[in-house]
Amino acid sequence: MPKPENPAFHQPPPVSILRQGGYLIASIHTALDDTQLQRFQHDLIDQVGRYRVKGIIIDVAALDIVDSYATHTLRNLARMAGLRGASTVIVGINPDVAYTMVRLGLNLNTVHTALDLDEGLAVLNKATGDDRSRRGLTQRGQTTAR
Amino acid sequence: MTTGDTVIRETGDDMLLPELVAHLRENRTELRQEWAARNTDARLLSAMTNQEIFSEATSVYDNYVEVLETGNVEALQHYARDLSERIIPRGVETNEVVGIVLLLRDVLARSLFEKYHRDFPLLNRILDAYEPAANRIANTVAVSFVEERERVIRQQQDALRELSTPVLQVRERLLILPIIGILDTQRAQQLTEQLLRGIRTHRAKVVVVDITGVPEIDETVANHLVETVDASRLMGAGVIVTGLSAEIAQTLVTIGVDLSKLSTVGDLQGGIEEAERVLGFKVIRSGDAET
Repeated sequence: MPKPENPAFHQPPPVSILRQGGYLIASIHTALDDTQLQRFQHDLIDQVGRYRVKGIIIDVAALDIVDSYATHTLRNLARMAGLRGASTVIVGINPDVAYTMVRLGLNLNTVHTALDLDEGLAVLNKATGDDRSRRGLTQRGQTTAR
Repeated sequence: MTTGDTVIRETGDDMLLPELVAHLRENRTELRQEWAARNTDARLLSAMTNQEIFSEATSVYDNYVEVLETGNVEALQHYARDLSERIIPRGVETNEVVGIVLLLRDVLARSLFEKYHRDFPLLNRILDAYEPAANRIANTVAVSFVEERERVIRQQQDALRELSTPVLQVRERLLILPIIGILDTQRAQQLTEQLLRGIRTHRAKVVVVDITGVPEIDETVANHLVETVDASRLMGAGVIVTGLSAEIAQTLVTIGVDLSKLSTVGDLQGGIEEAERVLGFKVIRSGDAET
């Protein structure tokens, strides 16, 4: 939903989405307004299917504020990505942001969170790695798979 | 009736206080002794020896008379604060301080009754001059004492706050946070701040918060603790709370704090072991490893 009259449209994108192995890494560089958030969500979910990714990392380290709409969008995004077969990890939430979110009663309980990109990758590797080993076991026809 | 009394009666009311002061100066030794004796009788200042009481009584008496004379309470204020500073650490209570000042007021008033009892109108006028001044003195001393006490309390609170809750790294990615003493809202907030910053600087994955040293907890603080756990999770770190005393456990369950998100382990050792398990550490006694 590009809107040419929106000045933000002409500026460098506030979010970069990179592909790394089977994962998408989205860094949010500046605070996003509601339209930008919608667009970000749409782009990301679109790419999940297009590149058949297994995991998404959303880096919010640059954000000073995560408001209720952003939280809501992130939660929904994780759910949608899940429906399309990718797990989502949010990384880089600042101490102040974390505390403010909790004070405001915003929760990301249904989403994985991790300290930084490294940690996020570790979480995804663990989540998808488990998947892979399970698949491997069933392919060999072993019954002990749990 | 003596001639001296006649003179007073003829002079204005503003001469009453100097007359009063002269009387108190004249009878200083007796009145002071009487006062000290009554302090001892009333078991005030039991933390101090008779000698100390007497010497303090002397200073208070002189200050008292001086204030009556000059009407300037500043010196007394200063003295009272100084006195409070000396006697507060010895456990002197507010009621004792107020008690001794009121006793002095009574002793002096009695002596005035005795002196002027034959001339009732004059006694009345003397008391009119004496009472407001005396009450003001009592007020000043009591307020100075309480102020000094509050200052001491504030100072201690500051000291306690500065004994900041330490965030310590025990193993790679494992922090412990021992909390000692009462957790009030302010301290809980400080704790949260330090914990969250600690998680980032130490890249912690698990934090063990040990509250063995916390005697009690209220609903606000308990909810704050839950919030802290939530905030830590947002930063990717799990929190294990250890050392909940029986009282705290009862309080938490009784007031119905939602603790479903809180993972708790009995003691600090158990908490660290659980954290090590989560992090994949395994502690082996060196002797066992060799065999």
